[in-house]
Amino acid sequence: MKVITKTLTSLSLILLFSLTAFAKGDKKDGQNSQGDPINTKEEINEYIQHHVKDSHDFHLFSYFSGGEEHHVGFPLPVILWGENGLTAFMSSAFHHDDDGKEIVEKGGSNFVRLHGKIYELNAGATEVAFDEAHHPTNASMPIDLSITKSIFGILLLGFLMLLWFSKLAKQYKKKAIPTGFGRVLEPLVLYVRDEIAKPNIGPKYRKFTGYLMTVFFFIWLSNLLGLMPFGFNITGQLAVTAALAILTFVVYMASSNGHFWSHQLWMPGVPYILRPVLAVIELAGTLIIKPFSLAVRLFANITAGHIVVMSLIAIGITMQEQMGAVGSTLLSFVLSLFITLIEVLVAFLQAYIFTMLSALFIGMAVEEPEHH
Amino acid sequence: MEQLLENFSLDLFVKQTILFLVLIFLMVKFAWKPILTALNDREESIQGALDSAEAAKKEMQNLQADNEKLIKQARAERETLLKEAREIKAKMIEDAKGEAKAEADKMIAQAQAAIEAERKSAIADLKSQVASLSVDIAEKVVKSELSNKDKQLGLVEEMLGQATLN
Repeated sequence: MKVITKTLTSLSLILLFSLTAFAKGDKKDGQNSQGDPINTKEEINEYIQHHVKDSHDFHLFSYFSGGEEHHVGFPLPVILWGENGLTAFMSSAFHHDDDGKEIVEKGGSNFVRLHGKIYELNAGATEVAFDEAHHPTNASMPIDLSITKSIFGILLLGFLMLLWFSKLAKQYKKKAIPTGFGRVLEPLVLYVRDEIAKPNIGPKYRKFTGYLMTVFFFIWLSNLLGLMPFGFNITGQLAVTAALAILTFVVYMASSNGHFWSHQLWMPGVPYILRPVLAVIELAGTLIIKPFSLAVRLFANITAGHIVVMSLIAIGITMQEQMGAVGSTLLSFVLSLFITLIEVLVAFLQAYIFTMLSALFIGMAVEEPEHH
Repeated sequence: MEQLLENFSLDLFVKQTILFLVLIFLMVKFAWKPILTALNDREESIQGALDSAEAAKKEMQNLQADNEKLIKQARAERETLLKEAREIKAKMIEDAKGEAKAEADKMIAQAQAAIEAERKSAIADLKSQVASLSVDIAEKVVKSELSNKDKQLGLVEEMLGQATLN
């Protein structure tokens, strides 16, 4: 039993920490509808745009042989709540189509996929009709409960976190000092507790450490997972970062005390005439700017990192005319390696910043008035 | 901003929120709570061990100080005891000497007295013997003298002649 858990931990580690740098090279020959490699700047641009979005299937890479395009990856379950109730099928039913051509008939409804989104055709329609802006006119969007790539990544991370940290928790039952991988995790836990939670929140830190630790490790591991070859981009989804930011918002609003609100609405120590102005500014900060900046900062940093790394890899193709095949490949390799290493740092930094700011906001909300 | 909103997927937002809340719940229950409790306990036990070590050290120091004090006291006591003993010894010797001298003086005095008494009695004895002897001698002399009547008479005559009767 012990051997199995050990192997499982090692495997999960290898999964997370291997092949980081040369990951994206494969994706130059990605998915496209024309059936030939992506060569032009427009195609590369479109590919990058496509990559940073969420997707319904897990696509690792494609290759061409005999003029045919072969995709390597695996389908993910699509779960929809549409006009005719709940429907589920595998994303392979779309046959990698993303232009609304392949129609899947399931549970009495017709579904198509268009630019990464699934539409349900209105009753009677057999083909998607578009308006001038290329928006479908005869289809509606069902509630999408699919296990998309990001959701798959979130589940994977959740599973890994539970596996690693519950194992660490179990170790403490037998001994005071953990061994093996737990010895790596313990300083991280201590770091979040002593460097992020304690100094920013103060004596009431214990209540919030569970939330902060989950946030920290989730963001950090998501960022790292995003640097790996599988093409995850969890924290580069605005929906994900917004969900995290709004949770922080809910936490600090729910735990805020009277002292905090008295400072928000009627700031002591400033002239009376300024107090309403300050209250407006403070309220805007607390209610809108703080969560918004949290969400956008993380989203923008991670998305920008992905786009930069992929663009640098694309130099290998786009600069071929000017520099020759060897020169452009070398340049793209050196630059993308450099940026990927920086991204490893950014992965930690953004997790730290998000958690630290969350702790700071919570600390401001729960701060007790000083007794003089 | 428009692209930002286009990128925003409400489905993903809801799914992430629910999954993340579940993750927080599970992590708090199975990981963070036991880990933080264990860490706290460990830190407290380390602190306790350090404190008790400090206390033991202090106690040790106290004990050592006590010991030193005791040793000092014992040393001083020994010192005084030795001093007293020496004094007693000297005094005893002194006393013994005095006593012995007194005894000797007494004995000498006694001996002298005895000698004196012996001497006196010897002298008395001698005197009496001398007296009886002289009486005897005198008796014998007188007897022999007196036996010669003529001579006696001549002597009386001579003596009477010498005595001038005024």
